[in-house]
Amino acid sequence: MNKIESNKGWFFVLPVFIVVAFSAVIPLMTVVNYSVQDVFDANTRFFTGTEWYREMLNNPQLQSALVRQFAFSFTILLIEVPLGIAVALMMPKKGWQASLALVLVSLPLLIPLNVVGTIWQLFTRGDIGLMGWGLRELGYAYNISRNSGDAWATIILMDVWHWTPLIALLCYSGLRAIPEAYYQAARIDQASRWAVFRHIQLPKLTNVLVIGVLIRFMDSFMIYAEPFVLTGGGPGSSTTFLSQALTAMAIGQFDLGPAAAFSIIYFLIILLVSWIFYTTIMHMQKDKTINK
Amino acid sequence: MAQITLNALAHTYSANPQGPEDYAIRQMQHVWEQGGAYALLGPSGCGKSTLLNIISGLLEPSDGEILFNDVRVNEMKPEQRNIAQVFQFPVVYDTMTVFDNLAFPLRNIGTAEHKIKSKVFEVAEILELTNQLGRKAKNLSADQKQKVSMGRGLVRDDVSAILFDEPLTVIDPQLKWKLRRKLKQIHEQFNITMVYVTHDQLEASTFADKIALMYEGQIVQFGSPRDLFERPAHTFVGYFIGSPGMNFIEPELTERGLEFEGRLLPVNEDLVAEIRKRNTTNIKLGIRPEFVHVWDEKNDEAFEVTIKDIEDLGTYRIMSFLFGSVSMKARLHEDQKVPDLHARVSFPEQWLKVYLDEFLLELNDEQD
Repeated sequence: MNKIESNKGWFFVLPVFIVVAFSAVIPLMTVVNYSVQDVFDANTRFFTGTEWYREMLNNPQLQSALVRQFAFSFTILLIEVPLGIAVALMMPKKGWQASLALVLVSLPLLIPLNVVGTIWQLFTRGDIGLMGWGLRELGYAYNISRNSGDAWATIILMDVWHWTPLIALLCYSGLRAIPEAYYQAARIDQASRWAVFRHIQLPKLTNVLVIGVLIRFMDSFMIYAEPFVLTGGGPGSSTTFLSQALTAMAIGQFDLGPAAAFSIIYFLIILLVSWIFYTTIMHMQKDKTINK
Repeated sequence: MAQITLNALAHTYSANPQGPEDYAIRQMQHVWEQGGAYALLGPSGCGKSTLLNIISGLLEPSDGEILFNDVRVNEMKPEQRNIAQVFQFPVVYDTMTVFDNLAFPLRNIGTAEHKIKSKVFEVAEILELTNQLGRKAKNLSADQKQKVSMGRGLVRDDVSAILFDEPLTVIDPQLKWKLRRKLKQIHEQFNITMVYVTHDQLEASTFADKIALMYEGQIVQFGSPRDLFERPAHTFVGYFIGSPGMNFIEPELTERGLEFEGRLLPVNEDLVAEIRKRNTTNIKLGIRPEFVHVWDEKNDEAFEVTIKDIEDLGTYRIMSFLFGSVSMKARLHEDQKVPDLHARVSFPEQWLKVYLDEFLLELNDEQD
């Protein structure tokens, strides 16, 4: 077959190309542009090469924010994934109870991010907040603006409250998709409840869990509004996560060059970790015995 | 190993059933003998899967008793009944290897690992799965998966019965007969009671020694494939078994006997006397297309009929004709001469069956 090189068919790809250019490539390239220059005003700029990158990677403030960020994301994943599965397993399967449970479980997902922060800010106040007041009444000197442990625990609790429903809903739909015959076969094979979970339910949930883990990782890695409203990153900088550190730099200090360089690094980290998650989980599913 | 008895068994899904039509299984009395190969045949929605699930314990019957070797098992869960069931769609544990799949039921009851190994190898040998033992079950083809799910039933020594719920639905046609033969072979080897649910009469008659034909929640006939063909106990059996099904006409009872549009039909006098006694208006006569006699020459017994259509099916032909106002079919041999427009047919007395209120009427002394 003769392949025609100057094929007019390529024009069909043009609309997609334009959309992708405007939605992803051009904004991203603007950031790249800033990250390699020092811009003073519209006419004065200097090329700086990798200088901003080196500076950012060596910035102790950002390094600690990055460590905090990883600690946070992994903590909430470790809590939300098992908890979400457990909630999904306990939800009723049919009838009005199922609909009611679905609505109740998904309620937190419908609340805007900064509203969640505000709700929890009120909730944890020592004078009028139910949780803050209650803990103090119980004799614990709870204070999120002084005690960084309290602040951490509260942010994690808030995220678990807000996002576990997402994992639960994904798992619930995954569980509903398992044909009844699997459970019947398991009963006939005299499988224990644990064996049913381990060998039927969990394997069938792998696909939804991959999506859930990826979404939750990416989202939590970019968390901004909730801790910003709740603790403002404090006490000190103990709950200042990456995006807040970045915003402070870009907007507050107007250091566009370093902020742009850091944005690129931020983006690459998320991409890399997501890729590692994905390939690891997919690899676990493969038929290893054939390779032997 | 068990004989399974259904004692006045019935099942309804409704909370307060009004009449028999609310029952998925209408009251029945039935025995599946130990070691038999049975088929439960019927159209979709006749209750055959419900009955199977009642036997396996996935469903508890609303009325009556189910006995395994004379022990009531109504309240027993499937895991306590020790039966095996193979489902329509192959159920394998995806993440496990074939070996682990076959070992699963044994591990669940805490069998020693060396016993598991020998038992799994023995079963894998019979099912021709030995080469696949190390593979992940999810990568098997549909027929291999179905063999694995059957194997999980066979590894347990004392399994009471194996139940099959249309197990060949997703299997490629060329592999169907192979798997069916495997089933037969296993049945002979293990001497286990097997109940096989299907809506395919060919599948049923090749697998089973005895077929239970279900219709609207009841077993309308229980007998050998030959019985079902030659002496359908219910008009539905006549219609459902055979291809094409039985021809039916609705004759009138007159002074002379059974007449259809002025033609007197050859029915035994004793039978006619019996019909007169029953005092019912729902009388049907049935004859299988295979038994309709098509004459080459003019004959006193034969009726003249109009040919509608002749269908060539390779090794035989189906002749459709009008008997009076009713359309009927007859099966012709490959080399039988076919008249053009009119044919002469007769209905041999022994194959012309009488149905009163849809059920076969026979004289007791005639039965063998």
